[in-house]
Amino acid sequence: MQNIPAASDGKHLGFAWGPGDILVYETLYKASVAQGSGCSFIHEVRKDEDIYSPNLRKLFNESHHIFVGLQTIREDLPSKNKKPQFVSISKNYRSVIRACMEELQQVAVSTKDAEVATQYGNQVSILLAIELIWNLCEVLTLSGSLLLHLLDWVRLHKADVDEKAAEVLQSESPAEHHDYWDVPGGTQTLTEFDVKWRHWHGEVNRCLQDNSFASNQHLEIICKIIVGDEDTLLEHKELLSTWYHFLVTRLLFSHPTVKPTELHYYAQSCMTMFLDARSVPEPLDNILLAAFEFDIHQVIKECSIALNNWWFVAHLTDLLDHCKLLQSHNLHFGSNLREFLLLEYASGLFTHHSLWQLAVDYFDNCPEFGRVYLGLQIEHIPLDTERKALKVLRICEQRQMSEQVRSICKIMAMRALRNNRLGSALSWSIRAKDAAFATLISERFLQDYCTRGTFSDLDLIDNLGPAMLLSDRLTFLGKYREFHKLYGEKRFSEAAKLLLSLMTAKIAPRSFWMTLLTDALPLLEQKEVGHRAHDNMDKKRVLSSLKTSFELLLMQLSSTSSKC
Amino acid sequence: IMENINAKYVSQKISKTRWRLVSHSSLQQPDIFATGSWDNEVNKISFWSIGNHGGSDTDDGFEGDPQLLCEYKHDGDVLDLQFLDQDRIVTTSSTGAVTIFRHHQNSQTISVSHRWPRAHRYPCDNAPCTGVVCSSPEIVTVGEDGKIIVFRADQEGVIRVIENADSSTIHAVTYLRTTEILTVNSIGQLKLWDFRQQSDAPSQILSLSGDRVPLHCVDRHPNQQHIVATGGQDGMLCVWDVRQGSTPFSLMEAHSAEMWEVHFHPTNPDHLFTCSEDGSLLHWETSTHSDMPSFLQGGRNNSMISRSAMAPAGGNQSLISAWLSGDSSKGRLETTHMLPSQTLSVNSLDVLGQCLVCGTDGEAIFVNRQVPV
Repeated sequence: MQNIPAASDGKHLGFAWGPGDILVYETLYKASVAQGSGCSFIHEVRKDEDIYSPNLRKLFNESHHIFVGLQTIREDLPSKNKKPQFVSISKNYRSVIRACMEELQQVAVSTKDAEVATQYGNQVSILLAIELIWNLCEVLTLSGSLLLHLLDWVRLHKADVDEKAAEVLQSESPAEHHDYWDVPGGTQTLTEFDVKWRHWHGEVNRCLQDNSFASNQHLEIICKIIVGDEDTLLEHKELLSTWYHFLVTRLLFSHPTVKPTELHYYAQSCMTMFLDARSVPEPLDNILLAAFEFDIHQVIKECSIALNNWWFVAHLTDLLDHCKLLQSHNLHFGSNLREFLLLEYASGLFTHHSLWQLAVDYFDNCPEFGRVYLGLQIEHIPLDTERKALKVLRICEQRQMSEQVRSICKIMAMRALRNNRLGSALSWSIRAKDAAFATLISERFLQDYCTRGTFSDLDLIDNLGPAMLLSDRLTFLGKYREFHKLYGEKRFSEAAKLLLSLMTAKIAPRSFWMTLLTDALPLLEQKEVGHRAHDNMDKKRVLSSLKTSFELLLMQLSSTSSKC
Repeated sequence: IMENINAKYVSQKISKTRWRLVSHSSLQQPDIFATGSWDNEVNKISFWSIGNHGGSDTDDGFEGDPQLLCEYKHDGDVLDLQFLDQDRIVTTSSTGAVTIFRHHQNSQTISVSHRWPRAHRYPCDNAPCTGVVCSSPEIVTVGEDGKIIVFRADQEGVIRVIENADSSTIHAVTYLRTTEILTVNSIGQLKLWDFRQQSDAPSQILSLSGDRVPLHCVDRHPNQQHIVATGGQDGMLCVWDVRQGSTPFSLMEAHSAEMWEVHFHPTNPDHLFTCSEDGSLLHWETSTHSDMPSFLQGGRNNSMISRSAMAPAGGNQSLISAWLSGDSSKGRLETTHMLPSQTLSVNSLDVLGQCLVCGTDGEAIFVNRQVPV
């Protein structure tokens, strides 16, 4: 973060919103205490630095791939078939986050630059938190047996932070416990398990009260822990680095058959018990609490505020929406929450010089406004090379965005024309089926011919093919060139016929009539138009028609001025 | 085939990938490839290794990701890239520059060996240099300015310029023979140029009758020098015999969007590879009893062609009969997709031995070490 110098000098600043940034500049107005002369700089303030991070780019690309795959899961499949797919997709997203995190972590520890290390360290923390939240949401909404997965969740994230504590946690849950957790697909129902567990729990409690373990203090402590004695657990707070670890531990030992609906009660009380009276819950704590309350909307809202990039909320919401876990209520501006977030995320991507291509697929999957957003933004992509223009064009054509197609082709054609690349200009006109532009190009060719007396770019004019029919002027150009070729090959009869048809078909531009008739004069002088009788008839007819045209032209010329 | 291919995300859109040359005598599989990026604020060229040491390889197709050896900043998009020799590559840029980079294997560093900054240009603007082909020390480049320029790697200036070679953009260039090149342009023409001639006109122009669909890529058959394949905006694969006529020999519907590159396999030319904006990479394989692969036997794979076939200079009987009778049972043409679906545009591919590498707009590189050829 850097302060703009003018701001601290008490100068008045103006600003303008851009798609992904703000432009800030110094205005003419000066507060009376302002010192110093005016500054002519414009400052660009970027909102989202994340999309420019090379490591995070992998996250965006890989998750795009997963997103596109998710959209293709067929709606009509029964949910029991889809659920495992959704879980698998959720896990894919998370593994992408973890991979990114690990790379960032490696750079953070290996770099010698303190600022870079801090920056990357911060990104790692954010990704950790994101993965934590995502995982919790996955556990709470998609997975089967609740506590088992919560246990895994805590273990996974505990291991990130504190290896020693992880060992302790593992030793507290010896393998025997796992036999108790045979509930999903196991041989016993939840009720049977509950009965067994209560029996066991009662036994251990009795032993404690009988002071059976009084001789061994450590054993007594362990027993107190495994019956879920809160005070004992809290005494060993340093081994439980977070309140949610405390929550899961407590649930494990005192309420293993907890129902999802009861979770939030325990979550709230655990958080209160664990945190000191003076410490304030952090944003992450509030988010997790909201998750335990199954208030997905609150989770998303809090995340949107806490994070500076829409990536997380957009993808998570999309996944939950596919799982039909989000009630869709329409927002005031028409689209639903999922679409709103995807549009925000994609719009952010679109401001990136490279990642705009990913944004297209996101817009495609926003049924209400996606197309409009795409249409508006795609015209602002800078087109430095033909190759890039072709890619943008392909996107527009595939979506029948004909306005944008015309606009892009016109830009490219004008640029080509400015650089005297007439063949390229024509190629763009053909793509856009832009008859007006084709006419413009033909006029250029004809002008060139008038000034220099020869045609340029014969490789183009001689090979127009069906493109010739795109515009009258272009057809004329092609035919006129043909006339020259026929004349050059001394095929005068055909040349004359062609010339005549050009004049009578009225595709010859007025400005060119003089030239055409000048071309006709030598024909009139030709003696050897043909040997056979019908050729001579032709010749007479041709000559008389030419004469008529000549007279017509003279009449025209006397009333208007023509220029070549 | 799909199991042998994994994506490596590299945080840059890849415009070109090329294997480093391996000597023909050895049976080594290639181990190093170069990539160029595009559409970045700072573009790069990079060298990667897939760690094939020696000829024998394990069964495990994706033994480790490609590892980045070194990279270097590149001014402008890398529009084309070719290996000049074992240590040097030539790149062409959207700024119109042509640059030779040297890869120092011992220190894994890169340096600029030579640079022609505005080789392709307009009077008041940059003109992207779109294609390069080289046969050390000769380098030939083409660009949006319609010029063909010949360089020598060891000389400062330019050897020859054909100023108005084309009124439209030349998209690609390849050698036909040592003194002849082929270019393709954005009005659908394939032009032959003979450098022995003084004149600046092409010695031959070939094009499709019908729409002038821009052509983007061209490759010559490794053994039969008159056979050429092209691909263009409509995704059609065309195979031409440059000795006869002015129209393609066979047309095949390949992709649903621009075809960016076409490559005959250098040692097994019954295999052909194409990649496209539609995100697919196709492996074309012929299995035929005749000497000639079926896509060289002429004809359209799903309809009759209404153009006359002239007898080729060599007078190969199987060619004529396949053409005239529209008999596609003489050979079988098999096409395989080599990438998982839903990738963004595959901009470039290269194949050498059993190894294939390609790069996409999804900022991923795919390497397959067990291409069935």
